[in-house]
Amino acid sequence: MSKLLELKNISKVYGDLHALDNVCLSVDKGEWIAIMGPSGSGKSTMMNIIGCMDKPSTGQVIFDGKDISKESRRKLTEFHRDKIGLVFQQFHLINYLNAVENVMVAQYYHSMPDEKEALEALERVGLKDRAKHLPSQLSGGEQQRVCIARALINSPELILADEPTGNLDEANENIVLDIFRQLHKEGTSLVVVTHDPEVGEVAQRIVRLEHGKIVSDKKNEQFSEQQEVSL
Amino acid sequence: MNKKHRMFIRMVMASLVRRRSRMIVALLAVVVGATILSGLEMIYYDVPRQMSAQFRSYGANVIFTPSGEGYIRPEDLEKGAAQFSSEELEGYTPYRYENTKIHNMPVTLAGIDFDSVLKTSPYWHISGSMPSLDGETLVGAKVAESLGIKEGDDITAVNTFEVTSETDTSDIPSYELYTDPESGETYCDHELDLHVSGILETGGSEEEYIYVSLKDAAALTISERGYDIVELSVAAMQDELSETVEKINGSSVGLSAKLVKRVTASESTVLTKLQSLVFIVTSVVLVLTMICVATTMTAVITERRKEIGLRKALGALNSSIIAEFMSEGLVLGGFGGVIGSVFGYYFAQFVSMNVFSSSITFRPLLIPITIAASVLVTGLACLIPIRSAVDVDPALVLKGE
Ligand SMILES: Nc1ncnc2c1ncn2[C@@H]1O[C@H](COP(=O)(O)OP(=O)(O)OP(=O)(O)O)[C@@H](O)[C@H]1O
Ligand SMILES: [Mg+2]
Repeated sequence: MSKLLELKNISKVYGDLHALDNVCLSVDKGEWIAIMGPSGSGKSTMMNIIGCMDKPSTGQVIFDGKDISKESRRKLTEFHRDKIGLVFQQFHLINYLNAVENVMVAQYYHSMPDEKEALEALERVGLKDRAKHLPSQLSGGEQQRVCIARALINSPELILADEPTGNLDEANENIVLDIFRQLHKEGTSLVVVTHDPEVGEVAQRIVRLEHGKIVSDKKNEQFSEQQEVSL
Repeated sequence: MNKKHRMFIRMVMASLVRRRSRMIVALLAVVVGATILSGLEMIYYDVPRQMSAQFRSYGANVIFTPSGEGYIRPEDLEKGAAQFSSEELEGYTPYRYENTKIHNMPVTLAGIDFDSVLKTSPYWHISGSMPSLDGETLVGAKVAESLGIKEGDDITAVNTFEVTSETDTSDIPSYELYTDPESGETYCDHELDLHVSGILETGGSEEEYIYVSLKDAAALTISERGYDIVELSVAAMQDELSETVEKINGSSVGLSAKLVKRVTASESTVLTKLQSLVFIVTSVVLVLTMICVATTMTAVITERRKEIGLRKALGALNSSIIAEFMSEGLVLGGFGGVIGSVFGYYFAQFVSMNVFSSSITFRPLLIPITIAASVLVTGLACLIPIRSAVDVDPALVLKGE
């Protein structure tokens, strides 16, 4: 399998705190990786760097064979807009736009808004009948699904999710994981940061961070088996 | 309009409409500013008119006197008055003075037009009422005091004149006629009964006369004649006035015109000063509005730092975020300008009623000016907070709390 993304000797230093300390990681195309670790271990920092929202202090980020760590902010913005879909723990929906409009915003900055496509994306996450609701009128699980619909609307190569189920109950967590499974089947790469072992265990590969260092990087043996169970 | 533009408008409108409780604060700031701005604009443009009207209350500013001997003939008066445009000419009052005796005391009687006298002498204060019928008189306070005349009294005015062969004696009762034994000439002590409808108080020389209608003055003297003096009240600037006055004096109209200098000269300087005062106040208000809107917008935008971070995380460039937020500000400015124009009119009306006791002229042209100024000021006020907010780091803002 070809490589989608490679982090080479990445460090992120805040003062004398090493949020990331010489991290190397590669993600294959279509791969589903869970990043786990205790609070403060540098997971979000790593996500931000992969998502081109932050620059490493040292090291290289190679995306699709291209070193993007030295690019200008503007280039990075364009780059991540085209390649990456983001899912946040806090959902981050725009509170005065309804569900379908929130999805369309991602289209708007990417290429061209299209309400029909946005509705289809909502349908995929099971929210077609909630399209005209404002975020405040949606449950947490529904908001997270809108967030996922927004992340996948531009068919990104990689979906980055930071604690996507952190604020959800078990039922909603399962809905979200089902959507991830489907995306994975369609060939989208997924990098999911999580505290939750259950969410980690559905991924193909589990990377553990501690104090900014990767302490383990293992293939998940239960992966294929689990997928069949849930389908 | 493509889908992108439509989405842009949809987002801007959604932000304004669905966040209206927030926007209302900003809108209020804009409306207050626009109201004061448009109100002051109206007052600024109306001040010359108002002030001219105001200065009229200090008396007439042009007088006509007979050219040479004699009187001003009514037809000459009309020709002379026609030199002023009908909008400018607020009124004129002819005066015809006659000698008379009341209770055997000599008093000067003035025949005037009671309908127009308040236009040229607005400061007249009457206790009682202005005569409205023939046979009614207004008595100056000094005359009233020295002769013991009160409102509601009936008095008799006597006019003595020589009866010549030309005098129409048909209406003169015989007891009024007598012959001076020395000169052998015939005189008439013609009487006119008058009812005192009011006492005139001005604090000036006007109080030394009694006033009757022109018709009664003619009846008292049994002679129709022209006027001794005409006072005119003209709402025009000094330059224009002196031009017209010269024109009248240069023409063959049988009267000579004069400016009442003191009032008209000071009028122009006071006016300029007043206008520049309004101008300064307007500028200060504009700056205050800008600060107020900028503060409100700063709060509104700071509150939306997360949203800005999110939009950037979704791939928005700074320029498009600036465009979106500016558009919100501009719509707000425009809308506030429209409301402010309407309120401003009422504000100006209120001020005008209280300060000048007259209503303001509505100037439609000031509406687009107000809206443009409101949009411009709001735009400038938004630019500062937006420019600083747009630099947020999405990684920082979107980090979970
Ligand atoms: N902007 C910053 N300035 C200074 N220190 C920072 C900054 N951002 C993160 N850190 C520090 O870097 C370390 C890693 O932070 P990070 O957010 O990546 O942790 P995390 O693994 O995502 O934790 P959690 O599970 O609680 O979200 C933390 O110790 C944090 O205090
Ligand atoms: Mg985190």
